[in-house]
Amino acid sequence: MRLINIHPGKGGRPVLAALPFVALALAYLIGSGLRLADNPADKLLPSLAAMGRMIEVMAFTPDKRTGDYLLWTDTAASLMRLWSGLAIATLIALVLGLLNGVLPIARAILAPFVAFLSMVPPLALLPVLFITLGLGEVSKIALIVIGVAPILTRDLAMTAAALPREQIVKAETLSASSWLVATRVVLPQVMPRLIDSLRLQLGPAFLFLIAAEAISAEGGLGYRIFLVRRYLSMDIIFPYVIWITLLAVAMDLCLRLIRRRLYPWAEPEGQA
Amino acid sequence: MTALTIQNLWKEYGDQVVLESVSLTIAPRAFVALVGPSGCGKTTFLRMLLGQERPTRGSILMDGDPLPPEPGPDRGVVYQRYSVFPHLTALQNVLLGPEMQASRLTGRVWGMKRRVLVDKAAALLAEVGLAGAEGKYPAQLSGGMQQRLALAQTLMMRPKLLLLDEPFGALDPGIRAEIHALMRRLWHEHAMTVVMVTHDLREAFALATRVIAFDRPRNRPEERMRYGATITNDIAIWPPRVAGRQTIYDADIPAGQDDLSRFAIHSGTTRPVAGAQA
Ligand SMILES: Nc1ncnc2c1ncn2[C@@H]1O[C@H](COP(=O)(O)OP(=O)(O)OP(=O)(O)O)[C@@H](O)[C@H]1O
Ligand SMILES: [Mg+2]
Repeated sequence: MRLINIHPGKGGRPVLAALPFVALALAYLIGSGLRLADNPADKLLPSLAAMGRMIEVMAFTPDKRTGDYLLWTDTAASLMRLWSGLAIATLIALVLGLLNGVLPIARAILAPFVAFLSMVPPLALLPVLFITLGLGEVSKIALIVIGVAPILTRDLAMTAAALPREQIVKAETLSASSWLVATRVVLPQVMPRLIDSLRLQLGPAFLFLIAAEAISAEGGLGYRIFLVRRYLSMDIIFPYVIWITLLAVAMDLCLRLIRRRLYPWAEPEGQA
Repeated sequence: MTALTIQNLWKEYGDQVVLESVSLTIAPRAFVALVGPSGCGKTTFLRMLLGQERPTRGSILMDGDPLPPEPGPDRGVVYQRYSVFPHLTALQNVLLGPEMQASRLTGRVWGMKRRVLVDKAAALLAEVGLAGAEGKYPAQLSGGMQQRLALAQTLMMRPKLLLLDEPFGALDPGIRAEIHALMRRLWHEHAMTVVMVTHDLREAFALATRVIAFDRPRNRPEERMRYGATITNDIAIWPPRVAGRQTIYDADIPAGQDDLSRFAIHSGTTRPVAGAQA
């Protein structure tokens, strides 16, 4: 039998999916064990117990100086920035993308400009943002918006423009105005795609967030990682990285569920 | 009662002449079938009637007035595909037109107004044979059901002119016969003039009051760019079909009821002005 025709069974699938995770964990444990056996003071690959202790300290013990539970205050600060940035970027993308996709005049004005903006490397603008907007929250949120909005906008405009011309004409014969074409025909049909591209932009959004926090912040997940880097505290950095990853995975999952709930007609068959 | 007068119509795309000197008068309540080889400009012609394309030369008059330059609710359309909205259920698809007409801001209506519309929409859905499918999305409907839905959606607007571009081309023969019966009934019952593009001559003669053929009189490869298609045949169906009255040929005669005197055959033609030359 050909390899392409061999499918994993129902029970085999989770086992297979777990394999790479187990392999990674094993590799870490072996590497960590070997290094610690060699030098008990080694900081590069801390043991699980050491990491557990630091998680205890960061998440469940109030900070001596401020009395805060650092992991949670860091998470709250970071998520506030991330979500504000993503929300603003989504709003911009909706307005510009719809204008761009529905009105030929708007497309003539906006499309080349947005295409140009989306090529500006956002991180190169970070110093400019810090100088003009200050070191507070605004500049960090702005970086996320600048990084994410142009791509969302272009994607939305392309999706809108790819709707069959027949549908738009059909809507006109059903007495739709330009506004109603945009709101009742185009908008609902681009929403599932918007959610999907938002999912794809979660990674870049976190990148911009952590980059901004690394340079200047009073708190936040990225700030903490770059702070403890000075003490080579891998026992804090590793749990933080895993925590950020879990946050991103959870957000991705939520968006997927929202999409499925709100736009059941857009579910691709046999795919998630 | 909608008459169409098409005077010396030309359509060119860049250097390519697609249609040339098309002149045609369509009587009110006529059912015109448009046939012709692929690429001869049937869809282009329909698009101009719809207002989606402008003629390069010539004019189209609807009841004596120039056609509005963009599509509107007075002209309905059903395509072979993409005629219904995938994000709306069958009922929502049929409601969309009246909803947008009633509320220019949100395109939705609520309360009593909505209940009236829903009743109307459900009745129309039942008329086209979609009772029970109100809550389904188009992707959950068969091809034939989707085209029925498209017809219902269009008829909600009470268009004066119904344009059909190979609406039943993708359906298999059994389903096509059913939907032909439906189409005939709808034409009898709704006060509209119909222009239908089809590749199926049998369909053309089974439904229409008049069959018009487009073709290129000159079709050598080197002539193809400079000469377009025009009307080459214009056939009035005999015995004439008259909207709102059945002829013996179209009647679905129930078993045991073959008293032919129940079906009047009317003399005269639906085509008062002879349209074009051969
Ligand atoms: N937007 C356009 N730009 C340029 N040429 C076009 C355009 N639309 C149609 N044409 C040309 O006009 C000609 C007629 O096209 P049309 O779609 O009207 O044919 P048709 O009779 O409907 O064919 P079919 O039976 O295959 O649907 C074709 O040669 C096509 O290439
Ligand atoms: Mg065509």
